[in-house]
Amino acid sequence: MTSVNREKIASAVLIVGVFVLWEVACLLFGISDLVLPRPSQVIVTLWERWPALMPHAVQTLYTTLLGFALGVSAGVLIGLLIGSSRLAYNVAFPLLVGFSSIPKVAVVPIFVLWFGSGTVPAVLTSMIISVFPVVVNMATGLATTEPELEDVLRTLKASKRDILLNVGLPRAMPYFFASLKVAVTLSFVGTVISETVASNRGVGNMMLLASSNFNVPLVFAGLFILAGLGVALYVGFSLIERRVTGWANRKTDFAAG
Amino acid sequence: MFLKNSTPAETIALTTPAEPVKPGAVYPVIEFERVTVRYGKDAGATQALAESSFHIDKGDFIALVGPSGCGKSTILKLVGGLIQASDGHVFVARREVGAADVRIGMAFQNPTLLPWLNIRDNVMLPLKIARPFRDEWRSKRKGEYRDRADALLESVGLRDFGEKYPWQLSGGMQQRASLCRALIHDPTLLLLDEPFGALDQFTREELWATLQALWMERRPTVLLVTHDLRESAFLANRIMVMSARPGRILMDERVDFARPRTLETTYQPEFTSLTQSLRNLIVAARGGMAGHP
Ligand SMILES: Nc1ncnc2c1ncn2[C@@H]1O[C@H](COP(=O)(O)OP(=O)(O)OP(=O)(O)O)[C@@H](O)[C@H]1O
Ligand SMILES: [Mg+2]
Repeated sequence: MTSVNREKIASAVLIVGVFVLWEVACLLFGISDLVLPRPSQVIVTLWERWPALMPHAVQTLYTTLLGFALGVSAGVLIGLLIGSSRLAYNVAFPLLVGFSSIPKVAVVPIFVLWFGSGTVPAVLTSMIISVFPVVVNMATGLATTEPELEDVLRTLKASKRDILLNVGLPRAMPYFFASLKVAVTLSFVGTVISETVASNRGVGNMMLLASSNFNVPLVFAGLFILAGLGVALYVGFSLIERRVTGWANRKTDFAAG
Repeated sequence: MFLKNSTPAETIALTTPAEPVKPGAVYPVIEFERVTVRYGKDAGATQALAESSFHIDKGDFIALVGPSGCGKSTILKLVGGLIQASDGHVFVARREVGAADVRIGMAFQNPTLLPWLNIRDNVMLPLKIARPFRDEWRSKRKGEYRDRADALLESVGLRDFGEKYPWQLSGGMQQRASLCRALIHDPTLLLLDEPFGALDQFTREELWATLQALWMERRPTVLLVTHDLRESAFLANRIMVMSARPGRILMDERVDFARPRTLETTYQPEFTSLTQSLRNLIVAARGGMAGHP
């Protein structure tokens, strides 16, 4: 218990320390706020411009979550399909690896070409970027049932569906939630990239405009918003993961409680 | 004499409450007719079992011993309907395997419990899946089924562990739970593949007594694969010794020590000479040196 708390305190101290260092360094070396604004300036900007910034933050969050939800749904479906049959797994895997190794940024122009600029390409980018981690993890989780356990179930005359519901899915859950954490972060990256390239709304677009006006503190305010949203999403899904798949963490977690 | 060659089981009470059976009558529940199993195709095929024929009576306790890789697990898989014979026929309860309506329980060397379920829910898994139990799963899982699991857990000394998770139990305790899972749906056929192989000597001997008690109470037909010759002599009514791959039945012996057998039984000279003769046979079968442990 105490050691965990100590670690938490240490992380908090480190974060605050980095900001203080940044602040002090800017003052000490007289760095212009056109290059690197001080954290205090950024926070003031955030505070003063919040009414104007908030709609952008909401837009980005909304786009990310929508794309993420679509991506995860598609990922689960494809993962189920591939993971529940060895044949499908072996046949489809090379294709998946091929797709997933395409840098997703490269598809933004194509989406813009098809759907015009705005929310749609941002949602699609966020979706496409979050599909693959989910598919790969689901499929792997489903495909790794112990052969002996499968023998036990087959002698009980379990149907494919029984095995999927009672063994496959629960076993895949830790993989699934681990992939959600990764996917939501990626999804966020996808949204911002697309907003930067082709949109008139969202934090990405706001940052682009601010930088072309040399309003550097505002650019950094955008960055802070993104960091805050990213951390919040990651923490949210970590919490859900811990609640749902505590069994996979075994001793380390339970021993303390 | 403690060794008699393939005598019908005159002393075995086959009676289960539901189905009175005439004493002395022989009801083969498993029949192998010239069964051959090959894994793989054509030139690359491994022949695991060669034209084996034998019958197993209902309610009997069989131990299968033999050198590693001789096809013991293959026989269990055939009986469980998990693989098909390449040639010959396997009948279970007088029907071609697969069509047979028998309840089968299975346990292996590793417990294969599901880590996300507590011990009680792990034990109840077959009731959730196998017919006819699954039809009443919803209404009975909090009542009758649960009591059943608890009673079984108590009989193997795991009374207070129903709520615990598998990783909170030692290997031996997990193996007991796995045995309970194999028995919860009252199987008529119990297939055990080296169930105590990974345990220390003391735990293993303890579990022999547990398994013997469970068998005497419920009288399923048991097929036990083991490498431990004392275990086979302690538990079985009949020991089948197999040759090296491709497996054939080399010797088929009845074991008539009175039940319940205890550790005292294992110190009897008859017991020792039985395990010794089995040992010599297997050593010869695998073509090794008799003196080597
Ligand atoms: N799935 C498989 N594919 C190919 N060959 C197999 C397969 N399963 C078993 N074999 C082969 O069949 C032979 C018998 O295997 P089996 O598992 O029945 O042996 P065993 O008597 O149970 O051995 P052990 O005592 O080591 O468990 C072995 O030589 C093995 O190489
Ligand atoms: Mg084996």
